[in-house]
Amino acid sequence: MTVTAERETEVVYPHPTPPVLGGFQGLPQRPGWLSQHLGTAAIGAVLGYLLGHWLGNVVASGYTNIADSGVNAVAITGGLLLGVFGWLLGIGALNYPLAKMVGLETRPDYESTSWTRYLRYTVDHKVVGLQYVIGVLAFLFTGGLLAMGIRTELLSPSSHLFGPGTYIAIVSEHGTIMMMMATSVIVGPLGNWLVPLMIGARRTAFPRVEAFSFWIFTAGYLVILSALFYGGFPTGWTGYAPLQTQAGGGMMSYLVGFAVIGIGMMAAGFNLAVTIINYRAPGMTWSRIPIFVWSILATCALLTLATPTLVAAGFFGILDHTAQTAFFVTEHGGSSFLWENLFWFFGHPEVYIMALPGFGIVFEILPVFTRKPLFAYKVAAAGMVGVALLSFFVWQHHLFQSGINPDMRPLFMLTTELISIPTGFIYLVGLGTLYKAKIKFEVPMLFALALFFNFLIGGITGVFLSDVPVNVTVHGSFFVLAHFHYTIMGGLIFAFFGGLYYWLPKMTGKTMNKKLGQIHFWIMFIFFNLTFFPMFLIGLLGQPRRVFEYAQNLQALNDFSSVSAFILGASFLVFVANFVWSIFIKPTPAPANPWDSLGLEWQTPTPVPYYNFERIPVVLSDPYHYSEENAPAVADLGEEGVLVAAGASSPASVAEEPRPAAE
Amino acid sequence: MTIDNAESEGQGVAAEAEAVIAQPGKEPRHIWRMVAIWLVLSAVLDPLFYILVGPHVPPGTMTSAAKDNQFDFNILLVAALPVFLAVWVYLAYSAVMWRASRKGAPEPVGGAQARTHLGLQVGWIVTTTVIVLGLFAFGTVEVITKAGSGGGEGPNPIWTPTSATILPVQVIAQQWKFTYRYPTFGGFETQDLVLPNNTTIAFHVTSLDVIHGFWAYQLSIKADANPQQDDVAYATTRQTGSVTVRCEELCGLWHGAMFNYGKVVSKAAFVAWAKSTPTPSSCRPLPTRTCPTQTAPMAGTTPTTWIPIATQRSTGPSRRHRDTDHLWIPVHQSC
Repeated sequence: MTVTAERETEVVYPHPTPPVLGGFQGLPQRPGWLSQHLGTAAIGAVLGYLLGHWLGNVVASGYTNIADSGVNAVAITGGLLLGVFGWLLGIGALNYPLAKMVGLETRPDYESTSWTRYLRYTVDHKVVGLQYVIGVLAFLFTGGLLAMGIRTELLSPSSHLFGPGTYIAIVSEHGTIMMMMATSVIVGPLGNWLVPLMIGARRTAFPRVEAFSFWIFTAGYLVILSALFYGGFPTGWTGYAPLQTQAGGGMMSYLVGFAVIGIGMMAAGFNLAVTIINYRAPGMTWSRIPIFVWSILATCALLTLATPTLVAAGFFGILDHTAQTAFFVTEHGGSSFLWENLFWFFGHPEVYIMALPGFGIVFEILPVFTRKPLFAYKVAAAGMVGVALLSFFVWQHHLFQSGINPDMRPLFMLTTELISIPTGFIYLVGLGTLYKAKIKFEVPMLFALALFFNFLIGGITGVFLSDVPVNVTVHGSFFVLAHFHYTIMGGLIFAFFGGLYYWLPKMTGKTMNKKLGQIHFWIMFIFFNLTFFPMFLIGLLGQPRRVFEYAQNLQALNDFSSVSAFILGASFLVFVANFVWSIFIKPTPAPANPWDSLGLEWQTPTPVPYYNFERIPVVLSDPYHYSEENAPAVADLGEEGVLVAAGASSPASVAEEPRPAAE
Repeated sequence: MTIDNAESEGQGVAAEAEAVIAQPGKEPRHIWRMVAIWLVLSAVLDPLFYILVGPHVPPGTMTSAAKDNQFDFNILLVAALPVFLAVWVYLAYSAVMWRASRKGAPEPVGGAQARTHLGLQVGWIVTTTVIVLGLFAFGTVEVITKAGSGGGEGPNPIWTPTSATILPVQVIAQQWKFTYRYPTFGGFETQDLVLPNNTTIAFHVTSLDVIHGFWAYQLSIKADANPQQDDVAYATTRQTGSVTVRCEELCGLWHGAMFNYGKVVSKAAFVAWAKSTPTPSSCRPLPTRTCPTQTAPMAGTTPTTWIPIATQRSTGPSRRHRDTDHLWIPVHQSC
């Protein structure tokens, strides 16, 4: 085969000097406390909040959108918005644009190599990826704690741990935090960390936007947590008007939180999409990019195109609360249907934002642990693109019983059923890759196989929900709850943990403990199924969602589910113990390529240097040539040699001498 | 690659089978094996489910809508079960037969044959498309021919029942209770949903404040209650029994406690109950709008206040009520 691509002339900046960053002339970055870091971000947030709250009270003194409540939504909104702005100012995310606006010369920042760079606004995509790991785990465990509260309340149908207001606040907070987390759970940590390495680039297209997306993600977390200080919000994560209009201060946290996180989502999606399109190494054609990159590309299309609807809907809600508009208030000429449709027009692509990266991770893991190429790579990519495209056409299946025009129902039933065809491609590719393989049941592989098991249940129950007559029975009940937990948690979160176990040795340079990983997997898998499978039955037997009282005869099922949920929660502690032990307390250095993978990201030393590759590789084929006689070379790594898969089951080898381009 | 036969003789059948697998030229036909296992399991479990579990599947058979939705669920499960089994059988088979730890495991074969198989890909796509389109056709036929299958159709329903007499019941949701109003019986309001047997009922669901969800479980009726909107759902009662009504759309603080009960009784018992429940004289009706009646009143009722019922779709220019005719349905206040 011939090398058709030309070598790239030297890269953006000579190695090893770090890239030019924005340095505000008057506030030089320097090591230590007197620079911008998490602490200054917190200070900025507090000062911003106080200023915004005060401004809100000045602008709309005495305004309460609910009579006699004493809650000034303008002040709360002002506080939250300026708090977010202050947080970003404090961390230094706005230094560069502000310097440019004012006409000041920007200069390179102090480039930290200490651990404190994880607490700063750092534009190295690998640092951002690891920051996201901690960020999404914080979201996950907060939401998980709230879930434990929900399951505790549901232990008894008649005696109550929480008052109804507290309970509904917990339910709403759990849902919203988990959805915000799940949106970025793979794109954030693994997308940012892996994509440039997988495509043979040194950085993403917009490193400042990438770092900004992380810090606004954390700001969104704090905003949504602030709801608890305002007494929570009563609408669930779906935020239906007019209950939304009726709600108090906590509602502003929800609306502002979504707007803020939405901006972060759009930024991250935009950045990764441009990176994938423009920054691929020479020779990396569209049929050679790793399948994970395809899944991220499809996800980024959804992130960039669907999220603006959410942000707009959030703004309308904020205006309804503060400026006395009536977008969602039927009595004054608006419509509660407007919120429902805007929300779900975003909401449905949102859940595919969550599903697609999970598939991508699983497809990266499968070939490595079956030592076989990915079956039907093009079908896999087509499946992901097909799902992304179709996901815009199905949103009204959430609204079948809402009083929408009945003509719409068969149409959306059709589109929803059709979307299961590209989803089925995922199974074709997965099962085909397993055929006559040599399966090694390492911890990442266990999680990948679990996705296939769980998502099958989740996906097929989705077909049940899409059938309009059956939807009459199951809409709004625990059946829906079980369905989306099976797809989002059973699919995405399992894939996330599989990806973590797989890539953490490269990301941190430390090996995760295998025994603890296996214990974590089995407890999580078994008790996840024991928690959520009974919920299908609970829903069929008539228990609606988000209730704190239910029929007496359902107590046994609910208790079974709750106890399993507690054990499921405990399994995450095993992961935390493993994480802390293996990375901080008793670390074992990991080899550069412990799983013998052909991926480009594994062909770097551990820890990965700042500039990723000494020399940008020239890609010669896709990275799935396992167990192939006379396999083509995967990539020319320059002085390090040529990456070649050396036959069946042997470790990927790198030849000593660079091979001349052969035909 | 060869295997030590002496070694395998000392072990069980599985080892022998694996020995056979390992010998060149004696590759077992994995796909046929899996298909066989799958066929047997499906042939046993599908009818077992349909016959034993099917008649007890929610929501039961109290109304025509319930019976139809139970049937739809059963058909879907009968179609889904083989799909579940196919993937599970494959996953289990591959985990056992193709695990790396088995003795003498052959090396997997990569290359072009492992990367693509056009026949399989095309076959898969065609099969899944046929199944999906079949399910879509089934669902559409069911929802159209069964008067909307108990789902709320909005203010202008297009799939209406064919029976000549329809009893309208207005469901008024508020935070946090359901009230039922019987316009053909003088418009009295009650919190007991009592319904006559063997009658087609039109539920007109609306809300006084936020969005609620009217879910009459045994009747298989589910319709969102939107403020200032009418949402119409149909069912024909077929059996007597008790009914649980729950709110299935989060509506605030006491959403979890928003439920009440009702029952389906004989026609005579219903008329007797309805006539004996007085409209409190202290109630003042709000301004009403009357529309020309579309169907004959139910025997024994007094047609005082009517809720307009949309006409069935016809081939001519469709006559539908405007939304505003349904918007402000007469409701008694201060009761």
